[in-house]
Amino acid sequence: MSEARKVLIDPLVDNNPVTLQMLGICSALAVTTSLLPALLMCVALTSVAALAGAAISALRHRIPNNIRIIVHMTIIASLVILVDQLLKAYAFETSKQLSVFVGLIITNCIVLGRAEAFAMKNGVVMSFVDGLGNGLGYSIILISVATLRELFGAGSLLGYPVFELTSNGGWYVANGLMLLPPSAFFIIGLLIWGIRTWRKQQVEKPDYQIHEVHRTEVY
Amino acid sequence: MEAYASLFVKAAFVENLALAFFLGMCTFLAVSKRVETAVGLGVAVVVIQVITVPVNHLIFKYLLSDGALAWAGLPDVDLSFLGLVSYIGVIAALVQILEMTLDRFFPKLYNALGIFLPLITVNCAILGGTLFMVERQYNLPESVVYGIGSGAGWAIALIALAGIREKLKYSDVPNGLQGLGIAFIIVGLMSLSFMGFSGI
Repeated sequence: MSEARKVLIDPLVDNNPVTLQMLGICSALAVTTSLLPALLMCVALTSVAALAGAAISALRHRIPNNIRIIVHMTIIASLVILVDQLLKAYAFETSKQLSVFVGLIITNCIVLGRAEAFAMKNGVVMSFVDGLGNGLGYSIILISVATLRELFGAGSLLGYPVFELTSNGGWYVANGLMLLPPSAFFIIGLLIWGIRTWRKQQVEKPDYQIHEVHRTEVY
Repeated sequence: MEAYASLFVKAAFVENLALAFFLGMCTFLAVSKRVETAVGLGVAVVVIQVITVPVNHLIFKYLLSDGALAWAGLPDVDLSFLGLVSYIGVIAALVQILEMTLDRFFPKLYNALGIFLPLITVNCAILGGTLFMVERQYNLPESVVYGIGSGAGWAIALIALAGIREKLKYSDVPNGLQGLGIAFIIVGLMSLSFMGFSGI
């Protein structure tokens, strides 16, 4: 049981897919202008990652090694079509907002990366848990970025006003930059900085050491 | 002609797949450490994008969209829900074909691209280009231009970032920002400057 817990908890901070493994960044940035589509995206990605992990793990002894990528793609694409149709049926407005990004879960490296790295080697239940954990790790980043961007960009959360905007007679001047693409990069960059200050072992080694010259040294 | 030129500029700069839509980010950050590899990957992406977008356009128009199968005597069939599987199949197949062609006729380029070639299959910029083409209902010539433009834009952004990161190796970055963190900040600044194109 403890192993399953480790597989589930580990990707949340210590081995986060977005900030450490550098996977699934595309959609993490694109759908975070407001909280609702981000939440929907999290649910979609987490369910696809968990189910794809289980399905691929169940088939792992039957998949020929040299065409495994195409087999993975087909399994993942079928799951994504399922999610896409469900979203169109029950959350049509938000699914329009997500536009092509639901389809792009197919090429989301988290799903494929975990399929390659974990599901091909482990049992069905563990692969399901691993998919769930990585989906949740992705969700944490996505939700925190989306919260920041919607709160400071539009003064609201989930569409409900939190900060009263000046245009409605309030005090808060909306920061338009937060709704534009560059801010997503900045926020994730700063988030990584924060996490790595907290968890020192995640810090990458610099390529070159800068040699500081002291005054006592002879030129 | 002017419409195509403006579509090209729009696809390459204003709606840059990497900097405005965040597509292909994983490869974008992973492969941008050296200019040489960035150029190789950029060329490969342009080639694949130019082929896949029009091919997927034909598949969508004559096989999948609502009523497209009228020529086969099936006017009521709507297969558009099969889109995602077919597009990714086309992309995977084309990447495979390109890989074999390069291996046979241009072994030097093949060796230079190495692992990046098969990885293009899972580059979301490629699938994203196709999905945008479908969503915006481009016709055939438009989808060719869009393919060239979006591929070129992605390649330009990749090569530019690689150039910056090569210089950056020698600068004194705070410990926690080293590597991925500072790359994000730079991409943010680049995306800010690419937004300047939006007036064109």
